[in-house]
Amino acid sequence: MAELHLPATLPPLFHDLPRRLEVDAATVGEAIERLDERWPGVRDRLCQEGPALRAHINVYVDRERATLDTRLDARSRVDVVAAISGG
Amino acid sequence: MPLTVLLVGTRKGCFVLEGDGERRDWTVRGPFCEGWPIYHAVQDPASGTIYAAAASEWHGAGVWRSGDLGESWELSSEGLTYPDGGLGLSKISGLAAAHGRVLAGAEAAGVFESRDGGASWSLLSTLDGQPGRGAWNDPANQPPGHLGLPGLLTHPDEPSRFWVVVQGFGCFETTDDGVSWAPRNRGLRADWPLEHPEVGYCVHKLVMSPVDSDRLYQQNHCGMHRSDDGGHSWVEITEGLPTDFGFAAAAHPHDRETFYVIPLDPGHGRCMPEGRAAVWRTRDAGATWQRLDRGLPQRDAHLGVLREGLAIDALEVPGLYFGTSTGQVFASADEGETWSEIASYLPAISSVEVAVVP
Repeated sequence: MAELHLPATLPPLFHDLPRRLEVDAATVGEAIERLDERWPGVRDRLCQEGPALRAHINVYVDRERATLDTRLDARSRVDVVAAISGG
Repeated sequence: MPLTVLLVGTRKGCFVLEGDGERRDWTVRGPFCEGWPIYHAVQDPASGTIYAAAASEWHGAGVWRSGDLGESWELSSEGLTYPDGGLGLSKISGLAAAHGRVLAGAEAAGVFESRDGGASWSLLSTLDGQPGRGAWNDPANQPPGHLGLPGLLTHPDEPSRFWVVVQGFGCFETTDDGVSWAPRNRGLRADWPLEHPEVGYCVHKLVMSPVDSDRLYQQNHCGMHRSDDGGHSWVEITEGLPTDFGFAAAAHPHDRETFYVIPLDPGHGRCMPEGRAAVWRTRDAGATWQRLDRGLPQRDAHLGVLREGLAIDALEVPGLYFGTSTGQVFASADEGETWSEIASYLPAISSVEVAVVP
């Protein structure tokens, strides 16, 4: 099970969505799909047309910059980060 | 005593201001919508539901809704997307609720509708085939902060008839629910070359007299204009105003001849002229104008008001309300004769709408 860490801006949008959770998925894209099945709408908050990650949403798998196609293994740590910007 | 409620959309969420029966004392609630930038918040008068058009820099566009005057909110973007390989949707910039549905204007320019109270949406039209359609979604033609299709004006009696504003291109009318459209810009002025005479006009705000659906007014980038035939033709009514530029406009609820605007300097500053705040009113359909500034700051008040920033209620003696780009809300309970500041430190304000709750 990959370990997902979500940005603080996401849980307030979905009932009972935690900041940290475990997901059984082969890729980053699949992990987001698993979230969307349980919390419909999560995919739209993280992905745009394409599909691709939204412009200011960055994903790291084991500290390496990732895309939706990046593969996960049972011990992967996935950090979903809302880019620091704005004011 | 009815409750007067202002819905204030800001760069940092939606706020709800509740007035007492006299519309003199106000309380501020918010911010709501998780601090997402709100471009326009409206209330459906039939259901009482509040809708707030939003776009997060991180999490995309959507419409928030609240059925309890802002106590609780839900977000939906289900269906707010263009077909694969087509346009990209960056924000919802305008809303209108009427005839049992909600219309949403988007950037890139398109109209979506919801018939289930904002839970889901479907694309109604992208105005394909209209003159200018091939150019208005080209980023090279768009200003910073492009809004796409921010203006929606519904007809009070004909559900399938409404007008839209495409930013920088003008007004378009449909009478068959978006199946077909017609440009409605004849008589408008443009201070730049036009590739097509029917479009290329910068309409900032389009309003209708609640007592005469043929009487439309608009604040344009180039002057104020009036139509007496539902937008088929326009006459300019700028003379007597301090500038020909502004964003916001409001039509009197009971008198078709009375219309309000907030003139701004037309350069890059786009603030009230000379640092003196004022709303201007005509009571004769634009033949003459009166400056209304009692109670408004008359020194060092470099205030801007955006296209959805002015609202008027429908009470017997109407109240007027406007919000500024620097977070102040001003209110008048006597048709604009006198004003007071009812909120001072909100985030930058995009929109003000008013609802009267029985």
